[in-house]
Amino acid sequence: MSAYDIFLAPMVDYGFMRRALVACLCLALGSGPIGVFLMMRRMSLMGDALSHAVLPGAAIGYLVAGSLSLTAMGLGGLVAGLSVALLSGAVSRATVLSEDASFASFYLASLALGVLIVSLRGSNIDLLHVLFGTILAIDAPALTQIGAITSLTLVVLAVIYRPLVAECFDPGFLRAVGGRGPLYHVAFLLMVVLNLVASFQALGTLMAVGLMMLPAAIAQLWAKNLPAMLAVAVGTALVSGYFGLIASYHLEIASGPTIIMTAAILYGISIFIAPSGIARRYFPRPHLKG
Amino acid sequence: MSAHPEPVIRLHNLTLAYDRHPAVHHLSGTLKAGSLTAIAGPNGAGKSTLMKAIVGELKPAEGRIEHRLGRTEIGYLPQAAEINRRFPIDVLDTVLLGDWKASGAFGRVRHAAMERARQALQTVGLDGFEKRPIGSLSAGQFQRVLFARLLLQDARVILLDEPFTAIDARTTRDLLEIVASWHGEGRTVVAVLHDFDQVRSHFPETLLIARELIGWGPTEEVMAPENLMRARAMAERFDENAEVCEPAA
Repeated sequence: MSAYDIFLAPMVDYGFMRRALVACLCLALGSGPIGVFLMMRRMSLMGDALSHAVLPGAAIGYLVAGSLSLTAMGLGGLVAGLSVALLSGAVSRATVLSEDASFASFYLASLALGVLIVSLRGSNIDLLHVLFGTILAIDAPALTQIGAITSLTLVVLAVIYRPLVAECFDPGFLRAVGGRGPLYHVAFLLMVVLNLVASFQALGTLMAVGLMMLPAAIAQLWAKNLPAMLAVAVGTALVSGYFGLIASYHLEIASGPTIIMTAAILYGISIFIAPSGIARRYFPRPHLKG
Repeated sequence: MSAHPEPVIRLHNLTLAYDRHPAVHHLSGTLKAGSLTAIAGPNGAGKSTLMKAIVGELKPAEGRIEHRLGRTEIGYLPQAAEINRRFPIDVLDTVLLGDWKASGAFGRVRHAAMERARQALQTVGLDGFEKRPIGSLSAGQFQRVLFARLLLQDARVILLDEPFTAIDARTTRDLLEIVASWHGEGRTVVAVLHDFDQVRSHFPETLLIARELIGWGPTEEVMAPENLMRARAMAERFDENAEVCEPAA
Protein backbone atom coordinates (compact mmCIF):
# COMPACT_ATOMS: atom_id res chain seq x y z
CA MET A 1 0.00 0.00 0.00
CA SER A 2 1.50 3.34 -1.06
CA ALA A 3 1.56 6.54 0.94
CA TYR A 4 -1.09 7.86 -1.45
CA ASP A 5 -3.37 4.91 -0.65
CA ILE A 6 -2.90 5.44 3.07
CA PHE A 7 -3.08 9.21 3.42
CA LEU A 8 -4.93 10.62 0.41
CA ALA A 9 -7.04 7.95 -1.27
CA PRO A 10 -9.76 7.84 1.43
CA MET A 11 -10.28 11.60 1.05
CA VAL A 12 -10.09 11.56 -2.76
CA ASP A 13 -12.41 8.58 -3.16
CA TYR A 14 -15.17 9.31 -0.65
CA GLY A 15 -17.29 12.44 -0.21
CA PHE A 16 -18.24 11.53 3.35
CA MET A 17 -14.53 11.45 4.30
CA ARG A 18 -13.95 14.87 2.70
CA ARG A 19 -16.93 16.33 4.57
CA ALA A 20 -15.68 14.79 7.81
CA LEU A 21 -12.23 16.26 7.19
CA VAL A 22 -13.65 19.74 6.53
CA ALA A 23 -15.74 19.41 9.71
CA CYS A 24 -12.59 18.52 11.67
CA LEU A 25 -10.77 21.49 10.13
CA CYS A 26 -13.56 23.85 11.20
CA LEU A 27 -13.79 22.34 14.68
CA ALA A 28 -10.03 22.66 15.13
CA LEU A 29 -10.05 26.33 14.13
CA GLY A 30 -12.91 27.19 16.50
CA SER A 31 -12.59 24.77 19.40
CA GLY A 32 -8.78 24.97 19.73
CA PRO A 33 -8.66 28.64 20.81
CA ILE A 34 -11.83 28.28 22.90
CA GLY A 35 -10.21 25.39 24.79
CA VAL A 36 -7.08 27.46 25.50
CA PHE A 37 -9.16 30.30 26.98
CA LEU A 38 -11.24 27.82 29.00
CA MET A 39 -8.05 26.39 30.44
CA MET A 40 -6.58 29.81 31.13
CA ARG A 41 -9.76 30.73 33.00
CA ARG A 42 -9.41 27.52 35.04
CA MET A 43 -12.68 26.29 33.57
CA SER A 44 -11.41 23.12 31.88
CA LEU A 45 -14.05 20.89 33.44
CA MET A 46 -16.84 23.38 32.83
CA GLY A 47 -16.49 22.69 29.11
CA ASP A 48 -17.18 19.05 29.88
CA ALA A 49 -20.18 19.95 32.03
CA LEU A 50 -21.56 22.21 29.31
CA SER A 51 -21.11 19.52 26.66
CA HIS A 52 -23.36 17.24 28.70
CA ALA A 53 -25.82 20.05 29.26
CA VAL A 54 -26.69 20.26 25.54
CA LEU A 55 -28.23 16.77 25.64
CA PRO A 56 -31.88 17.56 26.56
CA GLY A 57 -32.05 20.27 23.91
CA ALA A 58 -30.64 17.90 21.32
CA ALA A 59 -33.10 15.22 22.43
CA ILE A 60 -36.05 17.61 22.12
CA GLY A 61 -34.76 18.65 18.69
CA TYR A 62 -34.65 15.00 17.73
CA LEU A 63 -38.21 14.44 18.95
CA VAL A 64 -39.56 17.53 17.18
CA ALA A 65 -37.79 16.75 13.89
CA GLY A 66 -38.69 13.06 14.21
CA SER A 67 -35.28 12.01 12.93
CA LEU A 68 -31.58 12.58 13.48
CA SER A 69 -31.78 16.10 12.04
CA LEU A 70 -28.50 17.73 12.93
CA THR A 71 -29.96 21.22 12.51
CA ALA A 72 -32.90 20.61 14.86
CA MET A 73 -30.69 18.85 17.39
CA GLY A 74 -28.05 21.56 17.10
CA LEU A 75 -30.59 24.32 17.74
CA GLY A 76 -32.05 22.43 20.71
CA GLY A 77 -28.56 21.83 22.06
CA LEU A 78 -27.71 25.50 21.70
CA VAL A 79 -30.77 26.58 23.68
CA ALA A 80 -30.13 23.97 26.41
CA GLY A 81 -26.41 24.73 26.69
CA LEU A 82 -26.94 28.47 26.83
CA SER A 83 -29.69 28.10 29.42
CA VAL A 84 -27.45 26.03 31.68
CA ALA A 85 -24.51 28.43 31.21
CA LEU A 86 -26.55 31.54 31.96
CA LEU A 87 -28.58 30.00 34.79
CA SER A 88 -25.43 28.69 36.47
CA GLY A 89 -23.84 32.13 36.23
CA ALA A 90 -26.97 33.82 37.60
CA VAL A 91 -27.27 31.35 40.51
CA SER A 92 -23.60 31.75 41.45
CA ARG A 93 -23.95 35.54 41.49
CA ALA A 94 -27.16 35.47 43.55
CA THR A 95 -26.17 32.74 46.06
CA VAL A 96 -23.09 31.53 47.93
CA LEU A 97 -22.56 28.73 45.36
CA SER A 98 -19.42 29.08 43.26
CA GLU A 99 -19.85 28.96 39.48
CA ASP A 100 -18.43 25.43 39.16
CA ALA A 101 -20.77 24.13 41.88
CA SER A 102 -23.88 25.56 40.20
CA PHE A 103 -22.59 24.33 36.81
CA ALA A 104 -22.26 20.81 38.23
CA SER A 105 -25.83 20.87 39.57
CA PHE A 106 -27.38 22.23 36.39
CA TYR A 107 -25.48 20.00 34.00
CA LEU A 108 -26.35 16.85 35.96
CA ALA A 109 -30.04 17.81 35.94
CA SER A 110 -29.76 18.60 32.24
CA LEU A 111 -27.98 15.33 31.41
CA ALA A 112 -30.54 13.28 33.35
CA LEU A 113 -33.39 15.06 31.59
CA GLY A 114 -31.76 14.48 28.21
CA VAL A 115 -31.27 10.75 28.74
CA LEU A 116 -34.88 10.48 30.00
CA ILE A 117 -36.23 12.22 26.89
CA VAL A 118 -34.17 10.05 24.54
CA SER A 119 -35.10 6.83 26.35
CA LEU A 120 -38.82 7.73 26.27
CA ARG A 121 -39.00 8.00 22.52
CA GLY A 122 -35.78 6.85 20.90
CA SER A 123 -34.00 3.56 20.53
CA ASN A 124 -30.60 2.57 21.92
CA ILE A 125 -29.08 3.26 18.54
CA ASP A 126 -30.38 6.85 18.61
CA LEU A 127 -28.90 7.28 22.06
CA LEU A 128 -25.54 6.05 20.77
CA HIS A 129 -25.67 8.62 17.95
CA VAL A 130 -26.36 11.38 20.47
CA LEU A 131 -23.67 10.23 22.86
CA PHE A 132 -20.91 9.47 20.34
CA GLY A 133 -21.79 11.60 17.29
CA THR A 134 -21.86 10.76 13.62
CA ILE A 135 -18.99 12.56 11.95
CA LEU A 136 -19.13 10.39 8.83
CA ALA A 137 -22.83 11.23 8.39
CA ILE A 138 -22.29 14.99 8.28
CA ASP A 139 -24.10 16.42 5.25
CA ALA A 140 -23.75 19.73 3.46
CA PRO A 141 -26.24 21.70 5.66
CA ALA A 142 -24.57 20.43 8.85
CA LEU A 143 -21.18 21.34 7.40
CA THR A 144 -22.44 24.84 6.60
CA GLN A 145 -23.66 25.16 10.18
CA ILE A 146 -20.31 24.06 11.62
CA GLY A 147 -18.46 26.41 9.25
CA ALA A 148 -20.70 29.31 10.24
CA ILE A 149 -20.09 28.64 13.94
CA THR A 150 -16.33 28.51 13.36
CA SER A 151 -16.37 31.77 11.39
CA LEU A 152 -18.44 33.50 14.06
CA THR A 153 -16.14 32.16 16.80
CA LEU A 154 -13.01 33.47 15.11
CA VAL A 155 -14.55 36.90 14.50
CA VAL A 156 -15.88 37.18 18.09
CA LEU A 157 -12.57 36.01 19.58
CA ALA A 158 -10.68 38.53 17.45
CA VAL A 159 -13.00 41.32 18.58
CA ILE A 160 -13.03 40.49 22.31
CA TYR A 161 -9.44 39.18 22.50
CA ARG A 162 -8.06 42.09 24.53
CA PRO A 163 -10.79 42.31 27.20
CA LEU A 164 -10.91 38.52 27.37
CA VAL A 165 -7.18 38.39 28.10
CA ALA A 166 -7.57 41.17 30.69
CA GLU A 167 -10.48 39.32 32.29
CA CYS A 168 -8.54 36.04 32.52
CA PHE A 169 -5.36 37.67 33.76
CA ASP A 170 -6.46 40.55 35.97
CA PRO A 171 -10.25 40.87 36.36
CA GLY A 172 -9.82 43.59 39.00
CA PHE A 173 -8.06 45.81 36.47
CA LEU A 174 -10.84 45.34 33.92
CA ARG A 175 -13.48 46.23 36.52
CA ALA A 176 -11.51 49.30 37.60
CA VAL A 177 -11.34 50.67 34.04
CA GLY A 178 -15.06 49.97 33.57
CA GLY A 179 -14.31 47.15 31.14
CA ARG A 180 -17.63 45.26 31.46
CA GLY A 181 -16.05 41.90 32.37
CA PRO A 182 -19.38 40.02 32.75
CA LEU A 183 -20.35 40.98 29.18
CA TYR A 184 -17.23 39.34 27.75
CA HIS A 185 -17.67 36.38 30.06
CA VAL A 186 -21.16 35.80 28.67
CA ALA A 187 -19.96 36.33 25.07
CA PHE A 188 -17.23 33.77 25.70
CA LEU A 189 -19.66 31.26 27.24
CA LEU A 190 -21.88 31.71 24.17
CA MET A 191 -18.91 30.79 21.97
CA VAL A 192 -18.18 27.76 24.18
CA VAL A 193 -21.75 26.51 23.81
CA LEU A 194 -21.84 27.19 20.05
CA ASN A 195 -18.62 25.24 19.54
CA LEU A 196 -19.88 22.40 21.71
CA VAL A 197 -23.01 22.24 19.55
CA ALA A 198 -20.82 22.09 16.44
CA SER A 199 -18.63 19.37 17.97
CA PHE A 200 -21.65 17.56 19.36
CA GLN A 201 -22.88 16.84 15.84
CA ALA A 202 -19.56 15.29 14.93
CA LEU A 203 -18.31 13.76 18.14
CA GLY A 204 -21.39 13.37 20.36
CA THR A 205 -22.09 14.86 23.77
CA LEU A 206 -19.59 12.61 25.53
CA MET A 207 -16.60 13.67 23.46
CA ALA A 208 -17.60 17.08 22.10
CA VAL A 209 -15.19 18.71 24.50
CA GLY A 210 -12.33 16.46 23.36
CA LEU A 211 -11.14 18.69 20.51
CA MET A 212 -11.30 21.64 22.90
CA MET A 213 -9.46 20.52 25.99
CA LEU A 214 -6.90 17.96 24.78
CA PRO A 215 -5.31 20.35 22.24
CA ALA A 216 -5.41 23.12 24.87
CA ALA A 217 -3.59 20.94 27.40
CA ILE A 218 -1.03 19.93 24.75
CA ALA A 219 -0.55 23.61 23.84
CA GLN A 220 0.20 24.52 27.45
CA LEU A 221 2.90 21.86 27.54
CA TRP A 222 4.60 23.16 24.38
CA ALA A 223 4.07 26.93 24.24
CA LYS A 224 4.96 29.77 26.60
CA ASN A 225 2.83 32.65 25.33
CA LEU A 226 -0.81 32.93 24.39
CA PRO A 227 -0.54 33.36 20.60
CA ALA A 228 1.78 30.34 20.39
CA MET A 229 -0.62 28.34 22.60
CA LEU A 230 -3.53 29.19 20.31
CA ALA A 231 -1.50 28.11 17.26
CA VAL A 232 -0.38 24.83 18.85
CA ALA A 233 -3.94 24.04 19.98
CA VAL A 234 -5.34 24.58 16.48
CA GLY A 235 -2.49 22.61 14.89
CA THR A 236 -2.89 19.70 17.28
CA ALA A 237 -6.65 19.58 16.74
CA LEU A 238 -6.09 19.60 12.96
CA VAL A 239 -3.53 16.79 13.12
CA SER A 240 -5.79 14.77 15.46
CA GLY A 241 -8.75 15.21 13.12
CA TYR A 242 -6.88 14.18 9.99
CA PHE A 243 -4.94 11.23 11.40
CA GLY A 244 -7.93 10.13 13.47
CA LEU A 245 -10.08 9.96 10.35
CA ILE A 246 -7.39 8.13 8.35
CA ALA A 247 -6.81 5.63 11.17
CA SER A 248 -10.53 4.99 11.67
CA TYR A 249 -10.93 4.40 7.90
CA HIS A 250 -8.12 1.86 7.62
CA LEU A 251 -8.74 0.13 10.93
CA GLU A 252 -12.53 0.19 10.42
CA ILE A 253 -13.23 1.63 13.84
CA ALA A 254 -15.51 4.47 15.02
CA SER A 255 -14.27 7.85 13.78
CA GLY A 256 -15.19 10.17 16.67
CA PRO A 257 -13.43 8.17 19.40
CA THR A 258 -10.43 7.59 17.09
CA ILE A 259 -10.01 11.34 16.56
CA ILE A 260 -10.12 11.96 20.32
CA MET A 261 -7.78 9.00 20.95
CA THR A 262 -5.31 10.51 18.46
CA ALA A 263 -5.41 13.77 20.43
CA ALA A 264 -5.01 11.74 23.65
CA ILE A 265 -1.94 9.96 22.23
CA LEU A 266 -0.43 13.33 21.26
CA TYR A 267 -1.16 14.50 24.81
CA GLY A 268 0.54 11.40 26.24
CA ILE A 269 3.63 11.97 24.09
CA SER A 270 3.67 15.67 24.98
CA ILE A 271 3.60 14.89 28.70
CA PHE A 272 6.92 13.12 28.23
CA ILE A 273 8.79 15.16 25.64
CA ALA A 274 7.32 18.70 25.66
CA PRO A 275 9.44 21.54 27.12
CA SER A 276 7.09 21.88 30.09
CA GLY A 277 6.53 18.13 30.49
CA ILE A 278 8.20 15.39 32.50
CA ALA A 279 11.41 15.61 30.44
CA ARG A 280 12.17 19.03 31.94
CA ARG A 281 12.10 17.53 35.40
CA TYR A 282 14.17 14.41 34.82
CA PHE A 283 16.46 15.62 32.03
CA PRO A 284 17.09 19.27 32.89
CA ARG A 285 19.12 21.27 30.40
CA PRO A 286 22.33 22.81 31.81
CA HIS A 287 21.79 26.20 33.37
CA LEU A 288 23.17 29.40 31.84
CA LYS A 289 25.67 31.89 33.23
CA GLY A 290 23.39 34.86 33.46
CA MET B 1 -2.67 72.96 42.98
CA SER B 2 -5.20 75.51 44.31
CA ALA B 3 -5.54 76.34 48.01
CA HIS B 4 -8.93 74.61 48.15
CA PRO B 5 -8.63 71.61 45.90
CA GLU B 6 -11.75 70.00 44.49
CA PRO B 7 -12.91 66.68 45.94
CA VAL B 8 -12.40 63.74 43.54
CA ILE B 9 -14.11 61.06 45.62
CA ARG B 10 -16.67 61.56 48.39
CA LEU B 11 -17.81 58.87 50.80
CA HIS B 12 -21.31 59.42 52.14
CA ASN B 13 -22.10 57.42 55.30
CA LEU B 14 -20.54 54.39 53.63
CA THR B 15 -21.05 50.94 55.10
CA LEU B 16 -19.49 47.87 53.46
CA ALA B 17 -20.52 44.50 54.80
CA TYR B 18 -19.73 40.81 54.48
CA ASP B 19 -22.74 38.66 55.24
CA ARG B 20 -24.44 41.70 56.88
CA HIS B 21 -21.51 42.29 59.28
CA PRO B 22 -19.89 45.69 58.65
CA ALA B 23 -16.26 45.63 57.51
CA VAL B 24 -16.41 49.43 57.13
CA HIS B 25 -19.07 51.19 59.18
CA HIS B 26 -20.65 54.63 58.48
CA LEU B 27 -17.59 56.19 56.89
CA SER B 28 -17.88 59.71 55.52
CA GLY B 29 -15.20 61.97 54.10
CA THR B 30 -13.55 63.46 51.05
CA LEU B 31 -10.49 62.68 48.98
CA LYS B 32 -9.21 65.96 47.60
CA ALA B 33 -7.58 66.40 44.21
CA GLY B 34 -3.82 66.19 44.41
CA SER B 35 -3.75 64.67 47.90
CA LEU B 36 -1.36 61.87 48.88
CA THR B 37 -3.21 59.73 51.41
CA ALA B 38 -2.32 56.54 53.26
CA ILE B 39 -5.08 54.22 54.41
CA ALA B 40 -3.78 52.66 57.61
CA GLY B 41 -5.20 50.36 60.23
CA PRO B 42 -4.79 46.90 61.74
CA ASN B 43 -5.51 43.65 59.87
CA GLY B 44 -9.23 43.29 59.22
CA ALA B 45 -9.77 47.06 59.52
CA GLY B 46 -11.50 47.23 56.12
CA LYS B 47 -8.72 49.00 54.19
CA SER B 48 -8.72 46.77 51.10
CA THR B 49 -12.50 46.42 51.33
CA LEU B 50 -12.75 50.20 51.03
CA MET B 51 -10.45 50.17 47.99
CA LYS B 52 -12.56 47.51 46.31
CA ALA B 53 -15.70 49.53 46.92
CA ILE B 54 -14.11 52.66 45.44
CA VAL B 55 -13.25 50.80 42.21
CA GLY B 56 -16.72 49.24 42.07
CA GLU B 57 -15.87 45.65 43.02
CA LEU B 58 -18.09 45.77 46.12
CA LYS B 59 -21.54 47.27 46.45
CA PRO B 60 -22.18 49.36 49.58
CA ALA B 61 -24.56 47.88 52.15
CA GLU B 62 -25.50 51.46 52.98
CA GLY B 63 -24.46 54.93 51.88
CA ARG B 64 -22.72 55.74 48.62
CA ILE B 65 -19.48 56.69 46.91
CA GLU B 66 -19.54 59.79 44.75
CA HIS B 67 -16.99 59.85 41.92
CA ARG B 68 -16.24 63.20 40.35
CA LEU B 69 -14.15 61.65 37.57
CA GLY B 70 -14.80 58.91 35.02
CA ARG B 71 -13.75 55.31 35.56
CA THR B 72 -10.87 55.60 33.12
CA GLU B 73 -9.38 58.32 35.33
CA ILE B 74 -8.83 55.80 38.14
CA GLY B 75 -5.72 53.64 38.12
CA TYR B 76 -5.94 50.70 40.50
CA LEU B 77 -3.19 48.43 41.71
CA PRO B 78 -4.84 45.42 43.36
CA GLN B 79 -3.07 43.13 45.80
CA ALA B 80 -0.70 40.94 43.78
CA ALA B 81 -2.49 37.78 44.98
CA GLU B 82 -5.59 38.75 42.99
CA ILE B 83 -3.77 38.50 39.64
CA ASN B 84 -3.35 35.23 37.74
CA ARG B 85 0.46 35.10 37.58
CA ARG B 86 0.37 31.84 35.59
CA PHE B 87 -1.32 33.52 32.65
CA PRO B 88 0.95 33.28 29.57
CA ILE B 89 1.44 37.00 28.98
CA ASP B 90 4.72 38.87 28.70
CA VAL B 91 5.81 42.02 30.51
CA LEU B 92 5.27 44.43 27.59
CA ASP B 93 1.73 43.20 26.91
CA THR B 94 0.91 43.53 30.62
CA VAL B 95 2.12 47.13 30.66
CA LEU B 96 0.23 47.88 27.43
CA LEU B 97 -3.06 47.08 29.18
CA GLY B 98 -2.44 50.47 30.79
CA ASP B 99 -3.23 52.06 27.42
CA TRP B 100 -6.89 51.09 27.92
CA LYS B 101 -8.07 54.71 28.11
CA ALA B 102 -6.78 55.36 24.56
CA SER B 103 -7.14 51.98 22.86
CA GLY B 104 -10.16 50.69 24.81
CA ALA B 105 -11.36 47.11 24.54
CA PHE B 106 -11.15 46.87 20.77
CA GLY B 107 -8.76 49.56 19.51
CA ARG B 108 -5.29 49.06 18.14
CA VAL B 109 -2.31 49.81 20.37
CA ARG B 110 -0.45 52.60 18.61
CA HIS B 111 3.28 52.94 18.14
CA ALA B 112 3.38 55.89 20.56
CA ALA B 113 1.80 53.75 23.31
CA MET B 114 4.38 51.04 22.64
CA GLU B 115 7.14 53.62 23.09
CA ARG B 116 5.55 54.94 26.29
CA ALA B 117 5.30 51.38 27.63
CA ARG B 118 9.03 50.86 26.99
CA GLN B 119 9.80 54.17 28.71
CA ALA B 120 7.61 53.16 31.68
CA LEU B 121 9.58 49.92 31.96
CA GLN B 122 12.80 51.94 31.93
CA THR B 123 11.45 54.21 34.67
CA VAL B 124 10.70 51.25 36.95
CA GLY B 125 14.11 49.72 36.20
CA LEU B 126 12.94 46.85 34.00
CA ASP B 127 14.60 47.76 30.71
CA GLY B 128 15.17 44.55 28.73
CA PHE B 129 12.36 42.65 30.46
CA GLU B 130 9.82 43.28 27.66
CA LYS B 131 9.52 39.69 26.46
CA ARG B 132 9.81 37.98 29.85
CA PRO B 133 6.70 35.96 30.84
CA ILE B 134 5.21 37.45 34.00
CA GLY B 135 5.30 34.01 35.66
CA SER B 136 9.11 34.16 35.66
CA LEU B 137 9.31 37.46 37.60
CA SER B 138 10.00 37.90 41.30
CA ALA B 139 7.37 39.58 43.49
CA GLY B 140 9.30 42.85 43.41
CA GLN B 141 9.80 42.75 39.63
CA PHE B 142 6.12 42.02 39.10
CA GLN B 143 5.16 44.96 41.30
CA ARG B 144 7.43 47.16 39.17
CA VAL B 145 5.56 45.91 36.08
CA LEU B 146 2.24 46.91 37.65
CA PHE B 147 3.66 50.33 38.47
CA ALA B 148 4.78 50.65 34.83
CA ARG B 149 1.21 49.82 33.78
CA LEU B 150 -0.02 52.61 36.07
CA LEU B 151 2.51 55.00 34.53
CA LEU B 152 1.10 54.21 31.09
CA GLN B 153 -2.45 54.52 32.38
CA ASP B 154 -1.79 58.17 33.15
CA ALA B 155 -4.78 58.28 35.55
CA ARG B 156 -5.64 61.31 37.68
CA VAL B 157 -6.52 59.15 40.69
CA ILE B 158 -4.23 56.25 41.64
CA LEU B 159 -5.28 53.65 44.19
CA LEU B 160 -2.61 51.27 45.50
CA ASP B 161 -3.62 48.27 47.62
CA GLU B 162 -0.67 47.14 49.74
CA PRO B 163 1.86 48.10 47.06
CA PHE B 164 4.96 47.33 49.13
CA THR B 165 4.05 43.99 50.69
CA ALA B 166 6.75 41.31 50.19
CA ILE B 167 8.96 43.82 48.36
CA ASP B 168 12.63 44.44 49.19
CA ALA B 169 13.87 47.80 50.54
CA ARG B 170 15.43 48.96 47.27
CA THR B 171 12.31 48.26 45.21
CA THR B 172 10.16 49.93 47.87
CA ARG B 173 12.38 53.00 47.77
CA ASP B 174 12.22 53.17 43.95
CA LEU B 175 8.44 52.75 43.92
CA LEU B 176 8.00 55.37 46.67
CA GLU B 177 9.90 57.78 44.41
CA ILE B 178 7.36 57.12 41.66
CA VAL B 179 4.53 57.72 44.13
CA ALA B 180 6.16 61.03 45.12
CA SER B 181 6.49 62.03 41.45
CA TRP B 182 2.78 61.30 40.88
CA HIS B 183 2.00 63.53 43.85
CA GLY B 184 4.30 66.21 42.41
CA GLU B 185 2.37 66.06 39.13
CA GLY B 186 -0.85 66.86 41.01
CA ARG B 187 -2.39 63.39 40.82
CA THR B 188 -4.46 62.05 43.72
CA VAL B 189 -2.75 59.00 45.24
CA VAL B 190 -4.19 56.69 47.89
CA ALA B 191 -2.26 53.70 49.25
CA VAL B 192 -3.19 50.98 51.72
CA LEU B 193 -0.15 50.53 53.97
CA HIS B 194 0.85 48.45 56.99
CA ASP B 195 4.13 50.13 57.78
CA PHE B 196 3.36 53.13 60.04
CA ASP B 197 6.90 54.54 59.62
CA GLN B 198 6.35 54.59 55.85
CA VAL B 199 3.03 56.36 56.40
CA ARG B 200 4.62 59.02 58.62
CA SER B 201 7.60 59.70 56.37
CA HIS B 202 5.98 59.65 52.91
CA PHE B 203 2.25 60.40 53.19
CA PRO B 204 1.07 63.85 54.30
CA GLU B 205 -2.56 62.69 54.77
CA THR B 206 -3.84 59.57 56.50
CA LEU B 207 -7.15 57.81 56.79
CA LEU B 208 -6.95 55.61 59.89
CA ILE B 209 -9.73 53.04 60.05
CA ALA B 210 -10.53 50.12 62.28
CA ARG B 211 -13.84 48.99 60.74
CA GLU B 212 -14.95 52.55 61.52
CA LEU B 213 -13.35 55.93 61.12
CA ILE B 214 -10.63 56.68 63.69
CA GLY B 215 -9.17 59.74 62.01
CA TRP B 216 -8.78 61.38 58.59
CA GLY B 217 -6.51 64.34 58.00
CA PRO B 218 -2.86 65.40 58.38
CA THR B 219 -0.76 62.35 59.17
CA GLU B 220 0.90 63.70 62.34
CA GLU B 221 -2.52 64.42 63.88
CA VAL B 222 -4.21 61.21 62.78
CA MET B 223 -1.32 58.97 63.81
CA ALA B 224 -1.38 60.30 67.39
CA PRO B 225 -0.84 57.63 70.09
CA GLU B 226 -4.43 57.80 71.36
CA ASN B 227 -5.79 57.14 67.84
CA LEU B 228 -3.43 54.21 67.34
CA MET B 229 -4.56 52.79 70.71
CA ARG B 230 -8.18 53.04 69.60
CA ALA B 231 -7.36 51.33 66.30
CA ARG B 232 -5.56 48.50 68.07
CA ALA B 233 -8.55 47.98 70.36
CA MET B 234 -10.78 47.27 67.33
CA ALA B 235 -12.88 44.13 67.54
CA GLU B 236 -11.58 42.10 64.56
CA ARG B 237 -14.15 39.36 65.11
CA PHE B 238 -17.69 39.81 63.86
CA ASP B 239 -20.31 39.85 66.64
CA GLU B 240 -22.61 36.93 65.78
CA ASN B 241 -25.27 38.28 68.18
CA ALA B 242 -25.15 41.86 66.95
CA GLU B 243 -28.43 43.73 66.66
CA VAL B 244 -29.62 45.38 63.47
CA CYS B 245 -27.94 48.76 62.94
CA GLU B 246 -30.88 51.17 62.69
CA PRO B 247 -30.42 54.27 60.53
CA ALA B 248 -29.93 57.46 62.57
CA ALA B 249 -33.16 59.44 63.04
